[in-house]
Amino acid sequence: MTAVSATSSTTNKVLPHPLNAWYVAAWDHEVTRKPMSRRIANRPVALYRTEDGKAVALADACWHRLAPLSMGKTLAKDTIQCPYHGIVYNSAGRCVSMPAQETINPSATVPSFPVVERYRYIWIWMGDPTLADPSLVPNMEQMTSEEWAGDGLTIHAKCNYQLVLDNLMDLTHEEFVHSSSIGQDELSESDFVTVREGNKVTVTRWMHNIDAPPFWLKNMRDKFPGFEGKVDRWQIINFEAPATISIDVGVAKAGTGAPDGDRSQGVNGFVMNTITPETERSSHYFWAFMRNYCLDSQLITTQLRDGVHGVFGEDEEMLMAQQAAIDANPDYEFYSLNIDSGGMWVRRILEAMLVAEGRLTPSA
Amino acid sequence: MAATNIEIWQSATVVEVIPVATDIARIVLEPSLPVKAEPGSHIDLMVEIDGERAKRSYSVVGSNDDGTRLAISVMKAPLSRGGSIFMHSMVPGQRLEITQPLQNFPLRVGAQRYILLAGGIGITAIVNMAAILQRVKADYTLVYAGRSRGAMAYLDQLTEQHGDRLEVHVDDEGTSLNVPELVARADADTELYMCGPIRLMDAVRRTWVERELDMPNLRFETFGNSGWYDPEEFIVRVPKLNLEVTVPPGRSMLEALEDAGAEMMFHCRKGECGLCEVRVLELSGKIDHRDVFYSERQQRLSTKMNCCVSRAVTSATGAKADAAAGGPAVITIEPN
Repeated sequence: MTAVSATSSTTNKVLPHPLNAWYVAAWDHEVTRKPMSRRIANRPVALYRTEDGKAVALADACWHRLAPLSMGKTLAKDTIQCPYHGIVYNSAGRCVSMPAQETINPSATVPSFPVVERYRYIWIWMGDPTLADPSLVPNMEQMTSEEWAGDGLTIHAKCNYQLVLDNLMDLTHEEFVHSSSIGQDELSESDFVTVREGNKVTVTRWMHNIDAPPFWLKNMRDKFPGFEGKVDRWQIINFEAPATISIDVGVAKAGTGAPDGDRSQGVNGFVMNTITPETERSSHYFWAFMRNYCLDSQLITTQLRDGVHGVFGEDEEMLMAQQAAIDANPDYEFYSLNIDSGGMWVRRILEAMLVAEGRLTPSA
Repeated sequence: MAATNIEIWQSATVVEVIPVATDIARIVLEPSLPVKAEPGSHIDLMVEIDGERAKRSYSVVGSNDDGTRLAISVMKAPLSRGGSIFMHSMVPGQRLEITQPLQNFPLRVGAQRYILLAGGIGITAIVNMAAILQRVKADYTLVYAGRSRGAMAYLDQLTEQHGDRLEVHVDDEGTSLNVPELVARADADTELYMCGPIRLMDAVRRTWVERELDMPNLRFETFGNSGWYDPEEFIVRVPKLNLEVTVPPGRSMLEALEDAGAEMMFHCRKGECGLCEVRVLELSGKIDHRDVFYSERQQRLSTKMNCCVSRAVTSATGAKADAAAGGPAVITIEPN
């Protein structure tokens, strides 16, 4: 891996990704008995399930001649067969059958990556497997809680994962990128508070007594049919290293006590985001929108998923254009605004993780 | 993680040479391109024997976190091909050509139970594994067998580090390892990693098969440098190439044939892949199969051999007296 050296690596336009961390490899429903391939942290990975339903992640290249195992098929128990010469591996990546000979070459193994299935995702650890502690999986509890309902999708974002994190850590961009749905002037006019604690960063913004933008007006009317009037709106952005951001968002009837903790007169959502680096220039962006009202309505689940999908399409377009501009202007630096404090703490945390892995030269 | 096994050759400085047991030296190297060594990894390095360069593999006993210091241990084996004598002549400040740590014997974390088995100098491949298993709080037993305590490297350190998890078997104390008893302790959830003389590994493998345990749970590494018999000089005849070559004790049959100008096919050069296989046309003597490519059945047939590691010896007993009386073994082969 390249070590990036710079006077201040925090403002490196894009950072490499830590490897000693859990990333989402796939949605739970994507991984089946039929193997699939996905490039994660620059490495092609074959994902499949065993007969017992356990998710498995192996390097997607046979030990012998590097044919992709994902093009092969799963066999009995936990095994997968290379499609080219029929070599069979178990879920630990060990060869269990080598055609045309009576023994198995003891070197015949492919790397097997630790996986954990949690919060509707298959998480993978691409770094040192001896450090892969399942308790380090970032918290996305709303994904599987009975008190929340919702769904999401994956964006294949053609940009470095860091740019997606920047995007989510500062939501003033909504005013400009998402003017027809969730954007409004008050976003950039209102104050916010940034707090960093260990590997977590929180950015909190309240907008008092404002008109609900179209997306939120619709949600209020789902819960409170015929709702009219002003709202108090909140956005509480929670980052957990290396790349998970859950955003507590919502609006409540103005003056009913939401800022003090009584959200009963409002609607609340959690925008769940977790970004997996694919390459230095592309990312798998897994998101979901979870809500805590009208839990039984599949209609609302679908409407919200499609609505957010449209909003995030606007981000995707911007992020792609930004990455292209970064690549086209290698001589230009990044500058920062006051609104970047959340994103800058994220960069600082990632920088420390990369330094600890020996993959980044610490800034002087 | 470095998943590459592509050899990156670099220079390394010898910074420490200390005896750690009878005829065993611990050699600490400072590589010019440091990479942390994973458990089970080895380095290849170039030795000089009688002015000729040859490649040897040594397990990495351990490295520091950034890989700037890397330790191997070498046993001086007078009957071997000469690499170990060269290594024992090393003094601090000397430079060697080495590869980065290469991995053919990876330790998998997450098994329910582990047995680590080291025979003699085989401990070098196991030390780092034991340290990792201890760190991740795995359920493991480290079984270390040797001829005598004085010949067992790192014994004190391992005793201190692993306490009750270390089980020591010493031949000259009458506590030799009982292989069936050891393998009987393995169940379907046990992974056994071993490194040691071929007799020991064969015994474990046979018992493992008899007990119908999963073969992929038996992990081992061999550099093809240990046989059933001491190496002897023998003669190879290759009618197809009109060659007759004498293979000295310190040289492999493959090397001797290459020295004589034969263009031989090979890949791993350690008895694993089967590419250097030659057909045996005639044999006076016996073949000392040192590979892990053939099954027991195929080794008994002895119609073929892997010439990178396997040798011809004079008699079924391998006794040196027979060799002196009857002259060297002679093998006639046809290469691919």
